Amino acid sequence: MSGFLAGLCVAVLPVLALGVWLGRRTARPQSLGGLGTPVEHATFETLHTATLAAPPLRAGLTEETARKSARKLRSLLGTDALCLTDRKQVLVWDGDGAHHRTEIMERLAGPLETGRGEAFQLTCDLLDCPVRWAVVAPLTVDDRVHGALVACAPRESAVLVRAAGEVARWVSVQLELADLDQSRTRLIEAEIKALRAQISPHFIFNSLAVIASFVRTDPERARELLLEFADFTRYSFRRHGDFTTLADELHAIDHYLALVRARFGDRLSVTLQIAPEVLPVALPFLCLQPLVENAVKHGLEGKADKCHIQITAQDAGAEALVVIEDDGAGMDPGLLRRILAREVSPSGGIGLSNVDDRLRQVYGDDHGLVIETATGAGMKITVRLPKYQPGVHSAGRLIPE
Amino acid sequence: MNSHYAVPAVALVVIATVLVGAFGLRISRTTSDFYVASRTVGPRLNAAAISGEYLSAASFLGIAGLVLVQGPDMLWYPVGYTAGYLVLLLFVAAPLRRSGAYTLPDFAEARLASQAVRRLAGAFVVGVGWLYLLPQLQGAGLTLTVLTGAPDWLGGVIVAVVVTATVAAGGMRSITFVQAFQYWLKLTALLVPALFLVLAWQSDGAPRHAFDEPATFREQRVVRVGDSIDLKLDRPLTVTVTGTVDGRTHTGTRLDLPAGTHRVERGTRLTFAEGAAVPEAQRSGGGDLSPAPAESGEERPLYATYGLILATFLGTMGLPHVVVRFYTSPHGVAARRTTVAVLGLIGAFYLLPPVYGALGRIYAPELTLTGDTDAAVLLLPDRIIGGVGGDLLGALVAGGAFAAFLSTASGLTMAVAGVLTQDVLPARGVRHFRLGTVLAMAMPLAASVLVGSLPVADAVGLAFAVSASSFCPLLVLGIWWRRLTPPGAAAGMLVGGGSALLAVAATMTGYPGEGTLHALLAWPALWSVPLGFLTMILVSLATPGRVPPGTAAVLARFHLPEELRTEVSA
Repeated sequence: MSGFLAGLCVAVLPVLALGVWLGRRTARPQSLGGLGTPVEHATFETLHTATLAAPPLRAGLTEETARKSARKLRSLLGTDALCLTDRKQVLVWDGDGAHHRTEIMERLAGPLETGRGEAFQLTCDLLDCPVRWAVVAPLTVDDRVHGALVACAPRESAVLVRAAGEVARWVSVQLELADLDQSRTRLIEAEIKALRAQISPHFIFNSLAVIASFVRTDPERARELLLEFADFTRYSFRRHGDFTTLADELHAIDHYLALVRARFGDRLSVTLQIAPEVLPVALPFLCLQPLVENAVKHGLEGKADKCHIQITAQDAGAEALVVIEDDGAGMDPGLLRRILAREVSPSGGIGLSNVDDRLRQVYGDDHGLVIETATGAGMKITVRLPKYQPGVHSAGRLIPE
Repeated sequence: MNSHYAVPAVALVVIATVLVGAFGLRISRTTSDFYVASRTVGPRLNAAAISGEYLSAASFLGIAGLVLVQGPDMLWYPVGYTAGYLVLLLFVAAPLRRSGAYTLPDFAEARLASQAVRRLAGAFVVGVGWLYLLPQLQGAGLTLTVLTGAPDWLGGVIVAVVVTATVAAGGMRSITFVQAFQYWLKLTALLVPALFLVLAWQSDGAPRHAFDEPATFREQRVVRVGDSIDLKLDRPLTVTVTGTVDGRTHTGTRLDLPAGTHRVERGTRLTFAEGAAVPEAQRSGGGDLSPAPAESGEERPLYATYGLILATFLGTMGLPHVVVRFYTSPHGVAARRTTVAVLGLIGAFYLLPPVYGALGRIYAPELTLTGDTDAAVLLLPDRIIGGVGGDLLGALVAGGAFAAFLSTASGLTMAVAGVLTQDVLPARGVRHFRLGTVLAMAMPLAASVLVGSLPVADAVGLAFAVSASSFCPLLVLGIWWRRLTPPGAAAGMLVGGGSALLAVAATMTGYPGEGTLHALLAWPALWSVPLGFLTMILVSLATPGRVPPGTAAVLARFHLPEELRTEVSA
């Protein structure tokens, strides 16, 4: 019998887990029960209803959001019918008397123009129509009228006029927040565009100088380098898409390193260790090359002997782990922290903090650069790239084999 | 069976797996080898990896056992396991890759932009993963018991510990190479002994009565009955008994059993004479033992066969450890080519288990009495060839079997642990992944120790049924139908997958034992898959306002080749 029981437990557990999930998702704040006086209780109820009506409105005033919030707003006002409109049409009618839609719209022309509230009698042929009187409260955002909230009742009521005005103001605040959300999204998009990495002018200058030095002594080499330079610039100047694949980014790094090696020769050695599983991972365009450029700079800075750079890409479950390590001069961690916080601007461009910002923008704050360094101890930069992130798709396909 | 060779073979497989996993890609390259270092995984290598991960204990041991017991009807298992990739190839492979999703919950989020559906898909990944892990651990226990006489649970614990340790330590870094290595190991481990077995069978005069009813003993054989059974005799049988038959205790007495049903208690030794017919045995049940779905299959063969076909054909695409491997393909076309190669590789592999099953029917028919039919593959080399050669081949098979448990179990554990870490435990880095790994393995391990054993192929069939009823509708409708909505997808997965899960749970606990209801619950796919599809479609149609706003763009990305994508997004 123990087998039966154990089997039952095993069978029930996934169902339980599912239940917990769904429960957590649909959980409502617990009812307050006996907490507080009846008045406080009513206040809590009202606040709670208002809270429930807010999230749909935060997405702006559309037919769908209006539909979702109208019922909550009506229970907030306690009227027989409530209607939300934009400047042209009725978005939703909650409650009785929906046949007044057109009439309401005609009467709204004035309030929508002036932005002032109004109350009026409704004419109706139906004897038992419960809706005889309406109060209009405009919804304004930054002094522009976006629409109106119309509450209907059987008879005139000063309380309703006041309440409708307050609720309309509250809805307007939610719509203002929606506007704010939108402009924040636009700001982030603009920021990502502005942050789009540029290759450093120094690099272009140095590369051309190196190629020039080979033109007479070794024309063939100069031609090869020129082609590498062309490939690299084509990659970095391309205009479509904000994302690329790890494979493409690594190829760009290869072109870059070819040019750098031409300049420094044997002083620079690079090893790669790349798990083929992570090559298709999509990532922000040109976000590893600046790290390699940084490693080259720090590796060769202030010392005459050789520098070694190690580039590793590992498969780590749902993430790819990219590590770029050099054995160069390193950096004072305090200074680095201030550079990343943009308190001081480093001498050599905006490489690291730019990459850090873009990674945080795209993947969230827990996916920024992780840098281990100390003066004289080299530098190790770790990037964690999720294999899947909503909205991150590489444009174009991998370089064919 | 001689364990002198088998134990080192198993140990060797375990160590080789860990080593290839840890060091397979630790070869550093200099920049001059750049193109070698950054070459993407080709379709053939990836196909071998997918096949290696896919061929589980059910394929390696289970199919042969079922063919041994039930005959050629059970060939639908290998056919279904293979044909699942055909459906995957036709409907899912390339769009799934182009979606950029790594796991099934990722796909749900990419297509429907809904966290709720994502979590629900995660829950089903965990459910299917656990259901699939269970038979792997049981198979490992069985293998070790047959090889060394160790207790049932030991093999499962060993596999669980090895897999948890390697996955939690991040040892499966070069998983493509490990899994591809496992495929070739498994193929070798079945192919080489199979060749020798067929040769031995040839030199034996190629007896062909494999599927004649009833099978007969070719030599005098002593059978120890592991669990109480009811023998159904069509004609009188003479047998020497030490133990309890029909309630009477015998010690070495020669019994003439008349035709009819006889109860044989556990632990009884029956000695059959040469040429005696192998009696039909029925597990007499009791709370401890789960009745095999296959038995209800005997009662309703047509229904069971269709249930099996539907579950395996449509369930493959929803196996969490298979889906993640497609991410390795660089683009949609490569994913398709990979699937074609997978079809070839596993098609070749599945030719072998039926050979073992047929030979087992000739040379080891008593396994139907002892109940260890899954051990057929392990026992045959010793039985047919014997001597040192038989031992060595047996060791090879045992090594292959352990490769099967390890590769499938590690893939599943990674998938389940990934979901547990991302969607259940608050994500805070590597430590949680380790916790997730331990959780992912602890559940099925506990279950495998506690629950009575189901034939491994059947247990895997149940996992397929749940996957077919939850993920198949999500993937197929998600890829091919514009009007799918998040509430529709959630309802379809809950109703289809949930009902299949409940049916599976009922079957595993032994309810209701027999009859039409039992057949319905033991082969749920035939009704739960249409139910899932129907719910998903109807609820989606009822909620037209909830179609995610970006659907057209998402579907364009799923279906257009990558070369065109830039023009679309620009």
